[in-house]
Amino acid sequence: MVEFTINGKKASAEKGETILNAARREGFDIPTLCYHDTLGSDGRCRLCMVEVRKGSRKRLVTSCLYPVESGIEVFTESPDVLLVRKTVLELLLARCPNSETIQYLAKEHGVDTIRYSKDNDKGKCILCNLCVKTCEFNVGVAALCMSGKGTLKKVTTPYGEPSHDCIGCGACVAICPTGHIYMEDKDGVRTIWNKRFELARCPKCNRYHAPLEQLEFIAARSGTPVEQLLICPSCK
Amino acid sequence: MEVDTAAINTIVDKYDKDKSYLLAMFQDVQRQYRYLPKEAIQHICDRLRIPFSKGYEVATFYSSISLTPRGKHTVHVCLGTACHLRGGPNILDTFERELKIKRGDTTENGLFTLESVNCLGACALAPLVRIDGHDYGKTTPGSVKKIIKEYGETT
Amino acid sequence: MIVSIRELDGIAAENKQKSGAYKKIVKICCGTGCVSSGALKVYEKLTGFMKAEGLTDKVLVKKTGCHGLCERGPIIVFGDDEILYQTVGKRDLEDDARLLLKTIQDGTIAENLLYKGDDKAKRYVSPRDIPFYAGQTRIVLSQNGIIDPEDIEEYISLGGYQALHKALKTDPVEIIEWIEKSGLRGRGGGGFPTGTKWRSCRDASGEPRYVIANGDEGDPGAFMDRSLMEGNPHAVIEGMIIGGYAVGSNQGFIYVRDEYPLAVQRLSIAIDKARHYGLLGSNIFNTGFNFDIKIFRGGGAFVCGESTALMSSIEGKPGEPRAKYTHTVEKGLWDKPSNLNNVETWACVPHIINKGWEWFGSIGTAQSKGTKVFSLVGKVKNTGLVEVPMGITLNEIIFKLGGGIQGDRKFKAVQTGGPSGGCIPAEYLEMPVDFDSLTKLGSMMGSGGMIVMDERDCMVDVARYFLKFLVDESCGKCTPCREGVRRMFEIVDNICSGKGSKGDVERLEELARAIQLGSLCALGQSAPNPVLSTIKYFRDEYNVHIEQKKCPAGVCKALTTFIIDPEKCTGCMRCATECPVTCISGEKKKAHTIDQSKCVKCGTCYDVCRFGAVKYE
Repeated sequence: MVEFTINGKKASAEKGETILNAARREGFDIPTLCYHDTLGSDGRCRLCMVEVRKGSRKRLVTSCLYPVESGIEVFTESPDVLLVRKTVLELLLARCPNSETIQYLAKEHGVDTIRYSKDNDKGKCILCNLCVKTCEFNVGVAALCMSGKGTLKKVTTPYGEPSHDCIGCGACVAICPTGHIYMEDKDGVRTIWNKRFELARCPKCNRYHAPLEQLEFIAARSGTPVEQLLICPSCK
Repeated sequence: MEVDTAAINTIVDKYDKDKSYLLAMFQDVQRQYRYLPKEAIQHICDRLRIPFSKGYEVATFYSSISLTPRGKHTVHVCLGTACHLRGGPNILDTFERELKIKRGDTTENGLFTLESVNCLGACALAPLVRIDGHDYGKTTPGSVKKIIKEYGETT
Repeated sequence: MIVSIRELDGIAAENKQKSGAYKKIVKICCGTGCVSSGALKVYEKLTGFMKAEGLTDKVLVKKTGCHGLCERGPIIVFGDDEILYQTVGKRDLEDDARLLLKTIQDGTIAENLLYKGDDKAKRYVSPRDIPFYAGQTRIVLSQNGIIDPEDIEEYISLGGYQALHKALKTDPVEIIEWIEKSGLRGRGGGGFPTGTKWRSCRDASGEPRYVIANGDEGDPGAFMDRSLMEGNPHAVIEGMIIGGYAVGSNQGFIYVRDEYPLAVQRLSIAIDKARHYGLLGSNIFNTGFNFDIKIFRGGGAFVCGESTALMSSIEGKPGEPRAKYTHTVEKGLWDKPSNLNNVETWACVPHIINKGWEWFGSIGTAQSKGTKVFSLVGKVKNTGLVEVPMGITLNEIIFKLGGGIQGDRKFKAVQTGGPSGGCIPAEYLEMPVDFDSLTKLGSMMGSGGMIVMDERDCMVDVARYFLKFLVDESCGKCTPCREGVRRMFEIVDNICSGKGSKGDVERLEELARAIQLGSLCALGQSAPNPVLSTIKYFRDEYNVHIEQKKCPAGVCKALTTFIIDPEKCTGCMRCATECPVTCISGEKKKAHTIDQSKCVKCGTCYDVCRFGAVKYE
């Protein structure tokens, strides 16, 4: 076990555990957008930065990545931390002025004006990368990717075209923290990432419940016959 | 577009199907087509057994890869710091005016693609222009016109 | 195959004998600068003449790496620094080649081709006397202008691979101690102690280990790594093999930026030749040590100069950096211990092994040992590469070696450290150049680019330039760098176009601080430096742009108007001829005028006018 303090309060954690996990367990609120329990983090959004003091040395670290160390003092709301957090929120709000999530977080942190011109071409995407990762690691198809670099970076299927790999499962929609990804189920057809999927109808209740391609994907992976998967979860 | 899959296979095999060399394979293919065709990315990804999206991600991250066909000659106007101070932006403006295209575009006759680059490392000869690997140092708006003529015709 | 010192010495002796058979040796600089100035045409012409005169057996004309004085290229040196000719073939190729032939035949010195001092009165015959060279201490670049980079035997004849032989007979930990004691620090930017890095890598657990040469020289204005890779590739390779042996690695990678095709070619040839002699491969010098090197080409992404991004790129992925809470010496390439050093750092290694750490440590300052190669560019008279001991002043480099400012204009600032560095004003010209002094001034050593600016350069425009560069080159992974730098750019761009408002500078400072604190990698963390340093030293210029909507240097187009003073204009027509948009009219010998509606404000007229008649306001 490693002993340290968070905002002056004594805390302990397993060696290798991140500051974010330890702090949340101890009841401290650190905002995050790109962190997810099942997918870890790669430190993109920078909302979770905290100040770490070791003796006379102090620096800001990414709490979702930084492993706890014995004797460190962690501050989750120091002036520097708040400067970064508020700046990040203002920048994200300028990028995605229509995102309710960002609006809410910004308000909560006292960011009420945007001093920059508002973007109108980024939708609600903050480039957290969670959709790309869940598609690859949780679903296992890797239909999505980040294209380009810098300010041109965006989440897309290759060439923005309907992807052969996408099974229309909607895991990306579920994990997106800002509600950027568009998905629509209408008249037995799901539309997502510019691709249309025929939805399977449950033979028992006759309701549409999942894209046929998704069921075929699961069938191939799990060995369960498609016929069995056609029955919707509530009729099973 | 149809790509020569046998030639691409040769390239992939040259790098022992090692996916670390994905970018190098793309660069080799680009040398043949003057851009990287979609079908080539797909074919290479299939051969390396990696998702198409991973290939697309790499192809779009690196600015040396072009996903659209380039002209016969690629003009790189250097905008490194030394070139910037010694008039590089004026050189770029002059190319844009003379070729009647913007940076990143290709002339209608397919002869020139105009690009800027963030330093070619020949800063002592600023402002520098590189066309098809040939460097022109200490360029002026006047010499730009001559250089364009040198490549056969103006648009 | 070279398996012992006997073969190595044998090759050296044989090569010396070979070149000793020639009466004269003529070295034509074929570095990138001189090639673009026409060095290859001079070579063709001269060798053609020599063939006709039957001189090819008696005189050796060889193509060498960069001699450094790129401004005056093509450069040709006779013998052992006996004569230096500059701008050869620039006036008339045929005539100049004949002059060369004459020097070869009877030693007649071509006065035309000699380097001249500022006052044109003094002419220099030997490069040793030219202030540009006389003020240098050439260690890393010492062989650059002497050897043919494609010829391994020449490198060997100058003592090449002797250091490797010595190292392989030494305990690896002792080699690390030598490097530590030498005080060598990373030449790529950060200045981290090289020996410490090697030791951490050796001590890290995990197999295999990798050594990497960072040849992704992306800092605009720096080209010393290019010059080394093109001009003396074996020095880099030898350094890497020694480093591999010291840290316990059998595999090296050289990551070269895509913009340097000649470097890739020269390194490939060098690696093949080293393999041919068994200096790369298995059981090197019969010691049981195996090592090989692979070359990776970059893809035109500046961020790949950052070590974690570079490793990601070698893994075949986009070059996005990652947080370095676990150091790359422990978990780097493919999560294995990886030791990455810059090209120039690697090239220092053989010299330290050969001459001893005491010798290396005796050069430079207390905290910054050895020499550093700088690329001296911008508005300085002698542009090119200079290698000087650490601790020399900016003044000496710019005014003594560099010969001062072009057109004898007033010095304004020198930019060091590329997009992570800053602009240093005249009041600090006496500052010694070393890792720590430059950092103290709000700049940094970086990879050694030194871009000199004069009174005609606008510091707000320079800040704008670097922000644009960083907007283009940010990988886009983390919010502060991706979003913050482009917002800084918007603010500065507004200031440059006359739309700045009070409080902009303070907003820049606030945003800059958040980006420094909040960015993921060193590039983002240092991205605000060019802006902050120009605010620090040239705040007045920002204020004039914002409050008076004026650009004192006449650079920002929206704030500048060029006019011709009819009193001073002689009607020489030079400006009218040179104007790229032909917006200047007037009859010969009569005052000219500029059509403001067509003027693109490029300043060409101002630059070409010999009578000071063109003004800007």
